Amino acid sequence: MSAPGGGIVTRLTPGVAAAASIAAFLALWQAVSRFGVISEQDLPAMTTTFRELWSMMQTQEFWAALGRTVRGWALGLGLATVLAVPIGILLGSSDFAGRAFRVPIEFLRPIPSAALIPLLFLTLGTNIRSEIFLAAFGAFWPLLIQTMYGVRDVDPVAIDTARSFGVGPLERLYRVTLPSSVPYIATGLRIASAVALILAFTAELFMGIPGLGQIMNVAESFGLTNQVYALAVATGFLGLAIYVVFSTIERRALRWHPSQRPSSA
Amino acid sequence: MAAIAAEIAVPLLILAAWQAWTVHANDPLFPRLSTILVQFKEMWLFSQFHLHVVPSLIRIGAGFTLAVIIGLIIGIPLGLSRWGRLLAMPHIEWWRAMPPPALLPISILLLHSIGDRQKISFIAFFCLFPILLNTIDGVRGIDPTLIETTRSYGVGGFERIRRVVLPAALPQIFAGMRTSLSLAVIMMVLTEYFSSTSGVGYVLLISKNTFQLAPMWAAIVLIGVLGYLLNVLLILVERRVLAWHRGWRAAAAQ
Amino acid sequence: MAPRLAGGGGAVSTVGRRLLEIRHVSKTYGSGDSATHAIADVSFAVDDREFVCVVGPSGCGKTTLLKCVGGLLAPTNGDILLRGTRVTSPPEEMALVFQEYGRSLMPWSTVRNNVLLPLRHKKLTRQKRNALVEEALEAVGLTPFIDRYPWQLSGGMQQRVAIARALAYQPAILLMDEPFASVDAQTRGDLEDLILRVREEFAITILFVTHDIDESVYLSDRVIVLTHGPTEVKASIDVDLPFPRDQIATKELPDFAHLRGHVYRLINREQVESGEELAATLKTATKGDRP
Repeated sequence: MSAPGGGIVTRLTPGVAAAASIAAFLALWQAVSRFGVISEQDLPAMTTTFRELWSMMQTQEFWAALGRTVRGWALGLGLATVLAVPIGILLGSSDFAGRAFRVPIEFLRPIPSAALIPLLFLTLGTNIRSEIFLAAFGAFWPLLIQTMYGVRDVDPVAIDTARSFGVGPLERLYRVTLPSSVPYIATGLRIASAVALILAFTAELFMGIPGLGQIMNVAESFGLTNQVYALAVATGFLGLAIYVVFSTIERRALRWHPSQRPSSA
Repeated sequence: MAAIAAEIAVPLLILAAWQAWTVHANDPLFPRLSTILVQFKEMWLFSQFHLHVVPSLIRIGAGFTLAVIIGLIIGIPLGLSRWGRLLAMPHIEWWRAMPPPALLPISILLLHSIGDRQKISFIAFFCLFPILLNTIDGVRGIDPTLIETTRSYGVGGFERIRRVVLPAALPQIFAGMRTSLSLAVIMMVLTEYFSSTSGVGYVLLISKNTFQLAPMWAAIVLIGVLGYLLNVLLILVERRVLAWHRGWRAAAAQ
Repeated sequence: MAPRLAGGGGAVSTVGRRLLEIRHVSKTYGSGDSATHAIADVSFAVDDREFVCVVGPSGCGKTTLLKCVGGLLAPTNGDILLRGTRVTSPPEEMALVFQEYGRSLMPWSTVRNNVLLPLRHKKLTRQKRNALVEEALEAVGLTPFIDRYPWQLSGGMQQRVAIARALAYQPAILLMDEPFASVDAQTRGDLEDLILRVREEFAITILFVTHDIDESVYLSDRVIVLTHGPTEVKASIDVDLPFPRDQIATKELPDFAHLRGHVYRLINREQVESGEELAATLKTATKGDRP
C-alpha cells in the first residue's frame, strides 16, 4: 500500500535487469580492450567491432555471404526433414521396423558429422552440395529420434477410439498419429535447426564453400581481426534469430499437448 | 522372435551390402569395407592407439569433465536465484545460439596458439551450455512441496544442495550431459582438424591431404566407434546413478 | 524414551501450558487492486499436548494459515508465538506433514534416508540419529520397509513415512495439512488411529487442518471452525469424547453425532451465506454489463 504502482515496477525490472546485464558485458568488453588487458590486435574494442559490422552491412558481399549460409542451412534442414519425418513415422509405428533398425541407428547417430568433412572434400567437392549434405546429415538424427518418440507416444486410447469408429489406418495416421506427434517433431526441428547451422558454417569455414564461414576464414588468414569479430557477432545473431523462430514454433506446438503438461511427473 | 532375428540380421545385411557395393564399384574413394577393417585393425589395435587416440580421449574427457563441473557450479545457484537468472540468461542464450566453429578463428586470435589447453577450453566452453541450461531447468523444476518440506525442517545450505537439489535435478542434468558428450566429440575432431599434431582429427586431415583413403576411412570409422562407445558409457553411468528415477517413473505411470 | 512414558495414560485432554498462540494473523497476497485477502483476522491458542483440528470450507485459507504458523510464510499482520517467542522462520520445535506425501518425500532416497534428512544438521551422534529413525519407523509400523524407496510403497505407507520423519525430528508440535485427504477411506481410518496412538506415545501437540468434519471431531480435543475467505475464526468447540477413541464405538456415541452435527451446521451455514454472497455478486455483475 505504501508504494502505489509497485506492480508496474516489479513487472519492468526483469527487462531492465537483462538490459543492464547486457550493457555491463558490452562495457566490460570495451574496457578490456581499451585498457589493454587484451591487446586491441587480439580483441578489438566492442565499438570497433560493431562499427566494422555496420560498414560490412553496407556491402553487397556481406549480404551475399549471409544469403548463401542461410540457403545451405535451409536446404540441409529441409532435406533432413523430408527424409527424417517419414522414416521416423515408419520406424516409430512399426515395432518390427523399429527393432530391425535400432542397432544401425544407435551406431550412426553419435557419429560426429565433422568426421565426414575430408570425405566430402574428395567426393562432392567444395561446393554447396557438400554443405547441404553435411547440414542434412547432422539435422537428420535429432529429427528422426524425436519423430520416432512422438509416434510411439501417441495415446493408445486415441488410436483405439479411432479404430472403434472404423477409421482406416491411413486416416488414423494423419488424423491421430501425426497431430499428436507434432510437438515432438517441433522439438526435433528446434534442435535440428541449430545443428544444421553449425554444420553449414563448419562446411564453409573448413571447406571454403562460399558463405559467412568462408569470408571469416579469409579474414582470419589475412589478419583482418576486426572483420573476424564482426563476422562472429553476425553469426551469433543469425544463430539467435533461428533459435528464437524455432523455439517459438516449438512452444506453440507444445501448448495443447497433454503429455507436455508439467503435472504428469 | 522375428524382431530379434531382424535386429541381428539387418546390421549384418547393411555391412554385407556395403562390402558388395564397394567391391562392385571399385572406386578408390570408397575402399572395400574389408580393406577399411584391416586398416582399422593395423592402425588402432593398437599401434597408433597411444599416439593418436589417447590424446583425443584426454581432450574429450578433460573438456567434458570441466564443462560438467562448471555447469553445476554455475547452474545450481542460477536455478535457485531468480535474480541470478535475470542477469545471466541473456548471456547464456547468446552463447548457446552461437555456432561453435565461428569462435575457432577467434580462439586462435585470443590464445595465439591452439595447444592442448586451448583445445580443452574450447571443448569445455561449448559443452558447458547444454549442461548449464539443463541444470538450471532441473533445479527450477524441483517440486515446491519438497522445497517447503526441507525449509520447514531447517535443512539448508550445502546439505540441501547435496541431498535435495542436486539429486532432484540429476535426471535433467544427465540429459544435458548426453547432448554435451556428442558435442565434445565433434569439437575434438574440429579442433584437431583445425590445428594439431596429434589426435584422430589430425590423422583424418593428414590422410585426406595425402590421399591415403583407407587410413582416412579407418579414422572415420574410429570416430564413429568412439562416439558410440562414449555414449554407451554415459548411459551405463546414468543407469547406475539414476536407478531410482526409472523405478519412480514406472511407479508413477501405474 | 522419556517423553514416551510422560505421554502415557488417558489424561491427555487435561489443559497444559500454552504452547502456540496465533494473534490477529492476517495474510494478503499482492497489493493494490489485485490484492487477495486470504486471511482476515485469526486468533486462537493451542495448549501443550492438545490436539486441535482446524476445519473450514474448501478454499478458506487453511493451508495458508498453517504455512504462516509453520514459519514458511510471513503473515501480513499479526504474530505467531511459540512458547512466547515470535515465529519468523521454521522453528526447530515444529514439523510439518503435507497432504501430498508423494511430493514431500525424496524419490532418490530410501525410507531410512528420507527420515534421516532433517536429523543430519542436528547435533546428534550417529547412534542417536539411527535410534531416532528406527524408533519413529517402528512407531508407524514400517520397520520392514526401512531400506525400500518411497515409490515402492502404497500411498498410505508413504504418508506414514512422512509422519515418521516428523516424529524423528522430535518436534513439540506437529502441523498437519490435510494429511489423509489423498488416501482411500480404509487407510484413512487406520492412519487416524495411528496418529492418535503416536500422539500418546510421543506426548506431542498436534495442529491438524482438515476439511472432513467427522475426522476433526474424531481426532481432536478441540475443533476450530473457520469462515469462508477472507478467513476468520467462527467458533471453537471443545470435544469431550473419551479416549482412547475407536472408529466404531466413538462414532456411535450420541455426543459424537451431536458435535458432528453442530460443526456441520456451522460450516454449512457458512457455505449457504457465501453462496448467497456469490449470487448477489453475480447479480450486480450482470447488471453492470448492461450498457
